Amino acid sequence: MTQLRAGRPDRLGCVLVSPNPQPAVEVSGLVKRYGSKTAVDGLDLVQQPGTVLALLGPNGAGKTTTVEICEGFRTADAGSVRVLGLPAGTEALRPRIGVMPQGGGGYPGIRAEEMLNLVAACAAHPLDPKWLIEVLGLGGAVRTPYKRLSGGQQQRLSLACALIGRPELVFLDEPTAGMDPQARRLVWDLVGALKEDGVSVLLTTHLMDEAESLADDVVIIDEGRVVAHGSPAELTANRPDDQQLRFRARPGLDTTLLSAALPERLKVREVTRGAYVVEGLIDPQVVSTVTSWCAQQGVLAEELTVAKRSLEDVFLELTGRELRS
Amino acid sequence: MTTFAPGTFKPSPGRGSLPRMLFVHARTEATLTLRNGEQILLTVIIPLALLVALSLMSVIPMPEPRVGSATARIFALAIISSAFTGQAIALGFDRRYGVLKRLSASALPRWLLVAGRVCGALVVVALQIALLAVTALFLGWRFPLSGLPWVVLLIVLGTLTFGALGVLLGGSLRADIVLALANIIWFVLLMVGGVALSVPVGFVHLLPSAALAQALETSVVHGTAPGVGPVAVLVAWGVVAGALATRTTKLT
Repeated sequence: MTQLRAGRPDRLGCVLVSPNPQPAVEVSGLVKRYGSKTAVDGLDLVQQPGTVLALLGPNGAGKTTTVEICEGFRTADAGSVRVLGLPAGTEALRPRIGVMPQGGGGYPGIRAEEMLNLVAACAAHPLDPKWLIEVLGLGGAVRTPYKRLSGGQQQRLSLACALIGRPELVFLDEPTAGMDPQARRLVWDLVGALKEDGVSVLLTTHLMDEAESLADDVVIIDEGRVVAHGSPAELTANRPDDQQLRFRARPGLDTTLLSAALPERLKVREVTRGAYVVEGLIDPQVVSTVTSWCAQQGVLAEELTVAKRSLEDVFLELTGRELRS
Repeated sequence: MTTFAPGTFKPSPGRGSLPRMLFVHARTEATLTLRNGEQILLTVIIPLALLVALSLMSVIPMPEPRVGSATARIFALAIISSAFTGQAIALGFDRRYGVLKRLSASALPRWLLVAGRVCGALVVVALQIALLAVTALFLGWRFPLSGLPWVVLLIVLGTLTFGALGVLLGGSLRADIVLALANIIWFVLLMVGGVALSVPVGFVHLLPSAALAQALETSVVHGTAPGVGPVAVLVAWGVVAGALATRTTKLT
């Protein structure tokens, strides 16, 4: 475990931020159309200050559009978007929010440290750029021009630019896209530290584990609408009998006999080829029924596990299993 | 697991001081231009080589003293190279790499984003002109000092006009198209746009390149105020290009 401390301590005279009673982000009835396509279709969400909210959804669900409207990059066609109590896009908001746009951003020929110094110059009480460069593991690439940084390095620099000005609210649009597992861990630790220090974080992701381990609240959106909203625990365990028994066996087994042998409230499905799932309240009797049915079929049940629904199950249930174009 | 001392990220938002933002932004712009090899070739090496060639060889007919006329025309070329072609290409690629969006998301005001680029461009042009002027003096150029205020004014006006045209081109099209067009236009303006030699055809004098070269020639060679005509042409191009560019320039 490494302990890191900012090189530049809090200065006297820095702006004191009182606990903010207003929501960090408040979106209601948001609509955004691109030509004939409706990207966001009546979206509502509220983020309490000091919390981490994850916008989860498949590609094209409207996550980036929603975030960019909050950041002030796009304007809404209808609805209201308030950020830290002010209408989104207000000039006075920009010093108070930190933004990590999707895919980052930098001059093609600029070095990481120069880019961070430039963004630091825009802030009244920035973090120490040298320290932040080291924290984000960019110390070995300080002289590399931006265009030659790897995708993950560009993302880390972009994250540094979002945090350098000590914002009250940070927007992270797919913060860990293109990052290796170590860097992803670091980002998760950073988000945890931000929350500890009272910074609100709104992030988008399509990674379930990211949303599950980081977020206080998850808003699942699809086709521009909210399809579910709650804490990861609420979303995954809203019913006590919401459990699953999963196993793998030969594809195409006839499960009608198994269904008949199980209590009526349990459902059996072959979710993908050779992957079977029994949903409902799983007790030892259910496990025994399943294994004896397998024995009758002359197959061995492999990877047999009992678990509660994962966020991924909830997500796929709500947004469908077919691939989006 | 990495842990951070409590309070490390405690919010303390605020906008930096305007002069410092402007200084750091302009310095960044100028540094990046001066570090870019292709930009140096276009803005320094080629104008320098042409200055020497035009002064020493009488391939192109030019009024005597040759070096004075050549210096004026190469000043114009240097301004076109960096404020128009260099700025357009840089902007095209800056947009591709998302830097405008990145900076728009910071506390940098929009007007400062433009002002920083303009100041950066003026610094680069000042360095180009200084280098070319020293070379011209070695080649025997005698500068009537009475022309100095006019030359400075024309350099600033030329940089703003061609800068606006550069932003108009680089701010809306795809980077590779900008790269091709900006170089082609540079070459056309140099050859037939009244820069390398004054073309007697009427409409050429309405081009900003011919206007800048002609105005500079008056002040650099004779040390007098430029004619109203060329200055009006420059201002008109600058105003129209600037007005259009504010509508067409996209962040990405």
